[in-house]
Formats: sequence, structure tokens, C-alpha cells
Amino acid sequence: MSESLANPLLPAPYRVLRNQRNTHDVFTLDVEPVKKGNSPLFSPGQFNMLYIFGKGDAAISISGDPTKEQPLRHTIRRAGVVTQALEQVKPGGVLGIRGPFGVPWPVKEAEGQDVLLVAGGIGLAPLRPAMYTLLANRDKYGRIALFYGARTPEDLLYLSDLEQWRGRFDLQVCVSVDTAKRNWMGDVGVVTKLIAKASFDPSNTVALVCGPEIMMRFSVQELKKNEIKSGNIFLSMERNMKCAVGFCGHCQYGPHFICKDGPVFRYDQVQSLLGKREV
Amino acid sequence: MISKNESFSDALSAEKKVVFVAKKDLPALFDSLWTNGFRILGPTLGEGAIVYEELNGVGDLPIGWTDEQEGATYRLKKRDDEALFGYNVGPHTWKKFLFPPKHRLWSAEASTNGLEITEEKQVIQKFAFIGVRACELKAILIQDKVFLGGEHVDPVYHARREDALLIAVNCTQAGKTCFCVSMDAGPRAESGFDLCLTEVLKEGEHYFIVEIGSAQGAEIMANVPHSNETREAEKAIQTITAKTAKQMGRVMDTENIQSLLQDNFDHPRWDDVASRCLTCANCTMACPTCFCSTVEDVTDITGDHAERWRQWDSCFTLDFTYMNHGHARTSAQSRYRQWMTHKLSAWFDQFGTSGCVGCGRCITWCPVAIDITEEVSAIRENQTAAKPTSS
Repeated sequence: MSESLANPLLPAPYRVLRNQRNTHDVFTLDVEPVKKGNSPLFSPGQFNMLYIFGKGDAAISISGDPTKEQPLRHTIRRAGVVTQALEQVKPGGVLGIRGPFGVPWPVKEAEGQDVLLVAGGIGLAPLRPAMYTLLANRDKYGRIALFYGARTPEDLLYLSDLEQWRGRFDLQVCVSVDTAKRNWMGDVGVVTKLIAKASFDPSNTVALVCGPEIMMRFSVQELKKNEIKSGNIFLSMERNMKCAVGFCGHCQYGPHFICKDGPVFRYDQVQSLLGKREV
Repeated sequence: MISKNESFSDALSAEKKVVFVAKKDLPALFDSLWTNGFRILGPTLGEGAIVYEELNGVGDLPIGWTDEQEGATYRLKKRDDEALFGYNVGPHTWKKFLFPPKHRLWSAEASTNGLEITEEKQVIQKFAFIGVRACELKAILIQDKVFLGGEHVDPVYHARREDALLIAVNCTQAGKTCFCVSMDAGPRAESGFDLCLTEVLKEGEHYFIVEIGSAQGAEIMANVPHSNETREAEKAIQTITAKTAKQMGRVMDTENIQSLLQDNFDHPRWDDVASRCLTCANCTMACPTCFCSTVEDVTDITGDHAERWRQWDSCFTLDFTYMNHGHARTSAQSRYRQWMTHKLSAWFDQFGTSGCVGCGRCITWCPVAIDITEEVSAIRENQTAAKPTSS
């Protein structure tokens, strides 16, 4: 039997330091442990379970900078009961948090290679820690490109990050929106169309993809069209999740538990399941 | 007991591994369990069936009763002898004790300082399960892998399982929905037990052959009158269980079953079974290995006290795969396929074992008599949708 008997189902109290609005339905919570001590270390792509008193909990990716000492950061889209309640939390409020959980992005393994980040909507949140890590170790990677698609310019997250990243000469940033007014000077259309704009060495490129499942499927098609190997494409999957540690069974996806075998999967691990309905 | 590092073969060196206990001395086994602080749980008559509840003595066992089972059918029947264990498995499973159907995980108080979360203390009088069948023993070992075998340990299951004493009973007859032989899970309990009883009713004699499987089992037996003549015991157990093995009411061909189901995701049989399946979840509740659960967060009327409760859940419910943009599995086809493919295929990927032990409960307790062995045959015999895996 395992020696580790810490109760993985028990949340720890975290105090909210800041609740910042990103867009009309997305907000970012900064939290720190109520009890003394630093926030737990996390790897890019991992997630926490955020509990709000009496309402329940939700799986939320960690979106802060793992290379810096900073509060634990979660960017959340208002969608259900729990996230609606989280949106209302004010600084000083206390949440329960379990985690971090899950398999992270392979940022260490990608060293020496070109790296493409493909994000759709809120999918940029779990990719941001990966970007921070890549940039903090910039000389260890080849070319780096971010392809980010959102519904409208008003739905774009992390504008100050995007502006800063776009100002760099060692980073390609392409942003596309589905619809925009006439004052939008950027691309319009699906994010997958941006991939062709990038320059990378397909034989030596790792792609990290996060967004709605259909967007990930088409992104993979496009990446493969550009001759990136299946084993070098990584996706972050989402399913209903209760426990986050493989006990509750809800997040099963074929033979995988999204919570503990993922959420990040190598494309060839889930390839046979992705196109199927109702897996 | 979960085997600890101690070598029980050493602890048993002074003990015979097999002994005989007369039926009249069985109360001494109960006394010995109570003396050692155990709460005895086992089969008894209730709810028109043989169910697992607390036993207050040998007399609580379903003495002289048996069951008749078929798809969607379960009937109690009197035997023409006084056998204590002359029946097969009923609607209950031991998981109801090790992983209770509904339990509180923690409580939370809203305070001026924010939030205080208090873990539920697991205060358990240690369990002695008596009458664990071979298939059920295997099911417990499978659930051990789910709840104890990974990076994280489930505190609720661990607290109940840690000190649980398992007294197996070898089946002296098989039911019409039994197929443990196909699943390599019975009818003889091979390992994982503290004690294993084989009931013998022969030529006016009524006694038990008791195999001792652990030091704790030996300790319990020290206070039970027994005879140490072990000659012929092994042969007797083999004869009895071999006869049971021949009576299996169902058979499942498990050859390549892991890939069979993976490769037949689009098989027309899923539509066929979905036209019968009520998605009622009975099979998952009755299954001794199904482990899925959900949680419910509740508050009291003051709004300052909240609790999280966990309860059994089933992949047959629509809500099971709910996400904000919709449900992953809406059709009955997809939900039956998930259950059966998980049970017989994905389980190998996840836990290195089948999730099915051939107990037959899902067949007996399905209100429309869907038969997992028949569904497997149907898919196997007509693999039109299957594509070669090698391509």
C-alpha cells in the first residue's frame, strides 16, 4: 500500500488576493494559502480543484508564472454554478483548493526544438504557464510561436502579455478572431489557418494545443499537414471531473482518466478516440 | 486483512494450514471474532433476498435457504438440508461496507476568518466479512487497486479495508447467471483471504474445511475447536469446487477481449442493446467492482455550515458526463458501451486486470435481462464493424 496517506479529497483554505476581470465572462483569481507557507509548486498545464463554500468545486487550470514567486493564479470562464460563484468572490474571501493535479505540458522535453502553442479561447490560460517557462529559458528553445484564436477582439485574454510578446523579436504571435468590427486590423477566421503562417522545422517541432475539442481536432489536422509528427503534438483534454485523482470515474476517456493520465496527452495516445462521438 | 510485510507463513509455522471445524463449533468462530474486536458482517435473509448485514450469531445466516437466479430473476427457495452457505451471491456486495453508498467526506464552517474545513474522522469498528465468495474476493482485490493502488489513497476505503478480515466460502454450487470460471475468478478462493471455509454435508455429517490464509486467521482459529486431520482436505475441496465449476450457468469467451471491444466501437450491437437497456444503473449498483461516485455539496439553514457528501454514481446516468457545453455521452448506446468496454477492456489498461469477476449480478438484477456474456458473444460473432488492429 502507498505510504502517502494525505487526504487528496480535502481542500485547503486559500485567501483571494485579487479578482481581476479579463473579459465580460472571464476573470482571474490570485490566491495564497491561509496557513503560512508558499503556494505549492506546479508545472505548466496542471490544474487545481477550486471549492467555493457550499456550492461545489470545479477543475481550473493554473495560469500563472511557475518561474516566479507569485500568488497562485487561475483564469476562469463563467460557465456553471461554481464559476458563477467564484466570479463574485471579493479580495479577502476564502476558497478551498485541492491540487495541483495532472500531467503537465512537456516543456522540459521540448528543449532544443521549435515550439508551437495553439490556443482557442480560454485554452490560452493553461498554455500561459508554458509560455512563461519557454521565455524564462528562451535560449534552450528554437523558434517559438503562439497561435491564438478568440471569438471577438473583446474576448482576447491577457492583452498586456500579448502586447509584450508581440513586441519581441524572438517570438511569433498570431491572433485571429471569428468576428470583428472594422477597427480590427488582425486576422479573422479560425485559428488553424494561422499555423501556415509560421516558420518552423517540422521534423524538430513540438506543438502544444488547448481549446475546444473540435478546434483541437482541426489544429491537429493542420499540424500534421505541416508534417509535425503525431508524437510531438500534445493536447489538453477536458471532461466532467469530481475527485481529480482517479477515484470517481467521471473523466474517463477510453482507457484514460483525464485527471491523472492527462489532462495533457500526446496526440497518438488519444488519436483513435478524438474523431469518435460519445466516447 | 491487507497483507502486511510480515511473513505469515512463519507465523503459521506452528499451525496446520488446513483444519476441520464441526458445524456445532461454528459459534466459537463468531465468539472468537467478537473477542478480537470484529463486527461480523455476512449473508442473511432480508428484502426477499440474501443480503449482507451485521450478523448477531450463526443463526442469522440463511440456514437451509438457497436462491434461484436467471436474467432479471431472483427467487429464494428452501433447501432440503441445513446448509449455511448453500446459495450464490445476492444483490448486495461487500463494497457497501468498504465504500459506503453515501458518506460525508468533510465539513466546512464559514467563519470571520474565512473557511475552516474539517476532515471526516474515519472511526470504524473493524469488519469481519464472513461468506466472501471467490468472485467477491477477487472483486475486493480489484477495488484495492482502484482505491489503494495508485499515487493517492482513498481515506474512506483505506480506513475500512485496512483491518477487514476476509472469511471466504467456496461455492458448493453455481447459479444460472454465474460465470466466474470464465473470468478466472472462482469458484475456489485461491488467495487473499484470512480464512476460507468449504462446507461439507455428507452422510449425516456437517462440517467445514477451514483453510488458514493469514496470521490473523490463525489467531482467530486458535479459539475455535477444530481437528487437525488434514488428510484428504485438499482433495475434498477440489472435488467440491470442480463440481461447482461444471455448473456455471453462463460462459464468456474472453480471448482478446480487450482489443475486441476497442475495435468494435461502432458495432451495430450497441444499437441493439440500447433498444433494450433502460439506463437504470442497476448493473453498476450491483457490480462488486464498479467504483464510480459523485459528490454533493450541501449547506444547512444558517448558511454557515457546509458539507461534502460522496455517493455511488453510475456511468449510465446522463449527468455523469455533464460539462457546461453539453453531455459527452447522451445516447443509451454510448452509455452501455462505456460500461461494458470499461469493465472488460479499459480496466486492463487502467488496473492491469479485468473489471469483471463473473458474479452474474448484472444479469440477475437487470430488469430487462440484458446479459453481458450474450452481448460479448454477439459482438464477437459478427465483427463486421471491426477493423484489423495491425493497420
